[in-house]
Amino acid sequence: MRSIAFERRTNTPKWLRIAVPMFGIAIALVLGAMLLAWTGHATTGTYRQILHRGFTDPGTFATTLVAATPLLFTGLTAAIAYRMGVFNIGGEGQLFIGAMFASFVGLGLGSAPTVVVVASMILAGAVGGSLWASIAAVLRDRFRCNEIITTLMLNYLAGILIQYLIFSSHSYWRELTGTGALFPQGRMLSERAQWPNPHIGGTPVPFGFIVGISFAVLIFVLLRSTRFGYRVRVIADAPAAAKYAGINARRTTFAVLALSGAMAGIGGASDVGDFRHTLDPKGLQQAGYGYTGIVVAALGRLNPIAVVFVAILMGGLNTAGLALQGPDFPAGLVGTLQGLLLFCTLGGEGLARYRIVIRRRAGSASRSAAPRSSSPRSAASPTEAPGLATGEVGG
Amino acid sequence: MSINHNLLVEVAVSGMFYGTPLVFASVGEVITERSGVLNLGVEGMMLMGAAAGSWASIHISGSNPWVLFCATIIGAAAAALVALLHAFLVVTLRVNQIVAGLALTIFAGGAGLSSFLANSWNLAAKPAPHQFQELSVFGWKNAPIIGPLLFHHNVMVYFSWIVVGATSWYLFRTRAGLHLRSVGESPHTADAMGLNVARIRYVNTMVGGALAGVGGVYFSLLIVPTWVDGMTQGRGWIALALVIFGFWRPGLAMIGAYLFGAFASLGLTLQARNVHISPDLLDALPYLMTIVVLIIVSNSGARKRLGAPAALGQPFIRDER
Repeated sequence: MRSIAFERRTNTPKWLRIAVPMFGIAIALVLGAMLLAWTGHATTGTYRQILHRGFTDPGTFATTLVAATPLLFTGLTAAIAYRMGVFNIGGEGQLFIGAMFASFVGLGLGSAPTVVVVASMILAGAVGGSLWASIAAVLRDRFRCNEIITTLMLNYLAGILIQYLIFSSHSYWRELTGTGALFPQGRMLSERAQWPNPHIGGTPVPFGFIVGISFAVLIFVLLRSTRFGYRVRVIADAPAAAKYAGINARRTTFAVLALSGAMAGIGGASDVGDFRHTLDPKGLQQAGYGYTGIVVAALGRLNPIAVVFVAILMGGLNTAGLALQGPDFPAGLVGTLQGLLLFCTLGGEGLARYRIVIRRRAGSASRSAAPRSSSPRSAASPTEAPGLATGEVGG
Repeated sequence: MSINHNLLVEVAVSGMFYGTPLVFASVGEVITERSGVLNLGVEGMMLMGAAAGSWASIHISGSNPWVLFCATIIGAAAAALVALLHAFLVVTLRVNQIVAGLALTIFAGGAGLSSFLANSWNLAAKPAPHQFQELSVFGWKNAPIIGPLLFHHNVMVYFSWIVVGATSWYLFRTRAGLHLRSVGESPHTADAMGLNVARIRYVNTMVGGALAGVGGVYFSLLIVPTWVDGMTQGRGWIALALVIFGFWRPGLAMIGAYLFGAFASLGLTLQARNVHISPDLLDALPYLMTIVVLIIVSNSGARKRLGAPAALGQPFIRDER
């Protein structure tokens, strides 16, 4: 009699850390191809088209960067919070409120110098997003409400709120003259309030993307080499130790959620400043930036720097999806591929933490009887997520 | 006007009508969570059930009841398959349950597989040819008050009552239910007793998924009734909140589902009576109520006694304690 058992690895060899995600992506692409074949679509042709329209066609990379910008911010939103075991899935709503605050400021400061307007919009977006996240933080802190549910309910409420501002009220945000008298729509920002597009290597880069990269680096440093980052890591990996060390978990949780919400809020500001130049409730709700941000953070293993690259990858997928949508390329294919990628890399990561051991049942001297170290969880490196693939779910 | 057009009766009846998919989904999640597995992918499983049910109602021929029966089974099976994926990830590969559940919703959800399959099968083009209809049980549908409340529903409402009763009985009165709960409370003890923790978690995760799928079929063959991407509109997440609201008990979860259904449909009911309240406020009401209820439930003293399964969300690894 033989049985298959999982044995926790005491240390993961370096080659596995690279090989496993690569293998996961390959499996995901194979599964995706099987699905395409089963539903009667071209397989390699579809993949080639995605590659073209998302990445390699001349000019499309600029579009991909525009699509990647909000995902970069919502990816950071999820990455920061999940790193501490706080499951903020409210990136969506925090982004809406950020867009609402930023467009308010952008409309109000329309004639000020661009530098002032852009800086104020970023600040306003950050404030809006972190205020919205703070609601969930207060509910979690005061009433022990599960933040997964509350942040999600707050997404719907934020959506209804911005919809109210444009569609069923005469708010400051709504255009009431011209075509706005016929169709409900938001007021456009003045030209000076629109964010610049610096050209880098011939490609126009949204200003928000540059802001996002700066924040990714800042957060990477913050988590890796500051006292605050150390506290976050201790609370996440060893809550009991954090308590004995006198770390104020409540204050840190608040700070993390506020920072997390601020990122989504700046994403909303960038959506208004870089892209739509108005508050567009329907467009924002259809885009689903907040939820895709969760995929981005998970695929980037909660590493802020990796989030930048994954955001570009997902942005390209989304761009291709929008450009190709039609009978040969049904809606939902991109989401399905994203989900498959996520499953396969998560599963691979889970698998890589264990060694599959085949052992004989009848306790004879088998390999597994060799003395094994008691495998304490190895000290986690600062920016990697020990809690992502395995481990307990924080209460 | 008869007494059956009383506002209270109408609100209660529409609460039951719109609450029923939530009954299926939240009772399913109660079963799953009782075994120690948290599945946040309810929304995705419901949408898969909805898509598969819609496909079946178009492609299966036969009498109305037969097609609807098959569609319900197929919807449940599709959702159970998606749940199997979750079980594989979290039970066998020990992936973090929250992350895997979120991944499941993104994979199967409104912008994922359910939409891809439904659009590949052209489901959106037509209304479902077979739909559930209201019955008049014993011909008593016009009986005062109890007629509309008890005897004038579609068959799914009655089925959901059976499911709630059977689940309560299963969880609290059978040996299998005792095993299930012990796996959710203390998997190591259950393992020492000789129970197969992994198998019990697999089975009950799939049962929970199947019920979520039935909830999805309710949308595509009754409420909407055709295919629309993301047609469940976040009800899967509400179901998760209802599990907490119901203290992991099927009966309480059902009450919560009806309350939510009543709040969600209040706008329609009032509109029919020419009462004008801001539609945005009415849209927001169910979500606000969910938060308020969560505050009350999370903060009450009952939580300690009636709380979550102790091992909820924790992977079981035999050699580690």
